[in-house]
Amino acid sequence: MGILTIGTFASLVGSMNLDFVVKLAATALDKGHEVNLWLSGNSTVLVNKDQKEFKDYSHPGVMLPELIDKGLKVVVCEACAMARGVPKEKAIDGVTYTSMDWYLAYGAKGDRLLHIGRE
Amino acid sequence: MGLSILFLVQTPPYKSENPKLALTHALAGPLTELHIDEEVKTTVAFVGDGVLNCLKDQKSMDHWDITSTEQHLRNLLLSDVPVMVCKEDLEKFGISKDRLVDATEMGAEISIEVVPFSEIQAKIDEATALMCF
Repeated sequence: MGILTIGTFASLVGSMNLDFVVKLAATALDKGHEVNLWLSGNSTVLVNKDQKEFKDYSHPGVMLPELIDKGLKVVVCEACAMARGVPKEKAIDGVTYTSMDWYLAYGAKGDRLLHIGRE
Repeated sequence: MGLSILFLVQTPPYKSENPKLALTHALAGPLTELHIDEEVKTTVAFVGDGVLNCLKDQKSMDHWDITSTEQHLRNLLLSDVPVMVCKEDLEKFGISKDRLVDATEMGAEISIEVVPFSEIQAKIDEATALMCF
């Protein structure tokens, strides 16, 4: 099995890119791959544990705790998250806060890098 | 050949965060050795509307109190991260080389390279990974 790193920068609400990313990560995990998910820019809001499941808005963040339990590594750009008012204490348990060099390192070193969705 | 990432910037400055994210990520290349046993080399290439990021004398600090894309570009040049801009796209906008960001007066040893798109395509082929912004 391989190591897949997915990086995304898309908005949580206003685009379906994060919805796609989370479902892709879930599928890859189910197939036995190791999956890293890098969140930067607006996508850092995905880890906010207080997101409500309104049916008018996509809410893929609610899937994260189960996926983290299955082995998904979720890594957040700390500066991007802090700029949006999502410090670690507001984040889902099991999420790592760090800087951009992590994404470059594991994105380039893994078997596949998928950079999905601009802002 | 070592690991390398090409950052391809297609979007104009300030309309979105995309160009700034590309530049700040590219600047993190030398720090990758903190995580893995080798440095990931980064290169930034501007094409299409993205070439507008390379204009000098940006006034974002005056107008919005935020660091300019120009300052991020200077940081890249000062860190010896190669920066390429598409010659054909500059010509479409009527932008001459003397209007581009430069950091040599701050001590940078490299400048923005104006290159034909074919050279950027070659860099895309060479890179371990491509990130489009």
